[in-house]
Amino acid sequence: MGFENVHEYRAGKVDWLAAGLPTEGDNPTRPRAGDAARKDVPVCGLTDSLKDVRERAKAAGWEVAVVVDDRRVVLGLLRAKELDKDPSLSAAEAMRPAPSTFRPYVSIKEMADYMAEHDLESSPVTTSDGRLVGVILKSDAADLAAGCPDCVRKLI
Amino acid sequence: MSTLIDRTQVQRMTGAGAQLIEVLPAKEYAEDHLPGAVSHPLRQLEKEAGQIDRNRPIIVYCWDAG
Repeated sequence: MGFENVHEYRAGKVDWLAAGLPTEGDNPTRPRAGDAARKDVPVCGLTDSLKDVRERAKAAGWEVAVVVDDRRVVLGLLRAKELDKDPSLSAAEAMRPAPSTFRPYVSIKEMADYMAEHDLESSPVTTSDGRLVGVILKSDAADLAAGCPDCVRKLI
Repeated sequence: MSTLIDRTQVQRMTGAGAQLIEVLPAKEYAEDHLPGAVSHPLRQLEKEAGQIDRNRPIIVYCWDAG
């Protein structure tokens, strides 16, 4: 077609969405995983003591904590079962490593359905490079999805 | 021949006036598109080429690299 100065963003829209960058269109008005994720979830490092993490999570009203590195990349998850382990353990020893995570752009209905089908009480939401956005609760996903009947885009 | 760029470059170039073109079907464009992108579905691109400014850099994108 004779155009010069043409560039290709080959990684494409999914890369943009996975990075949590804003978009335009119909979908941005519908709630997504990134919108519902709670940003105040307790986090800890690999070497933090389980005792300390458990106390902090409990004081904050959470039954889950996320193990992250210094760039907030998710390394593991401490759900109730892990938090109840021997308090002398480190977070690294107690955690569930490499948990399943979801991207911020997944529709809330899709999240609610998936979490119900797989009986997930909570799940980390991360950017494409693994950094924590927050944790989405099954109850939050279900409540938001109930108010959004046309959130049906299949992305997971 | 086009050059490959990443999202950081997309942000920089669009900030400097590059045109951003999504070549996915119009329905997918309507659901979500990069800010400032215009829709020129691939099958219609040749027909709609006259709507694109030849004097400005052009960035095209699809869903992913697949």
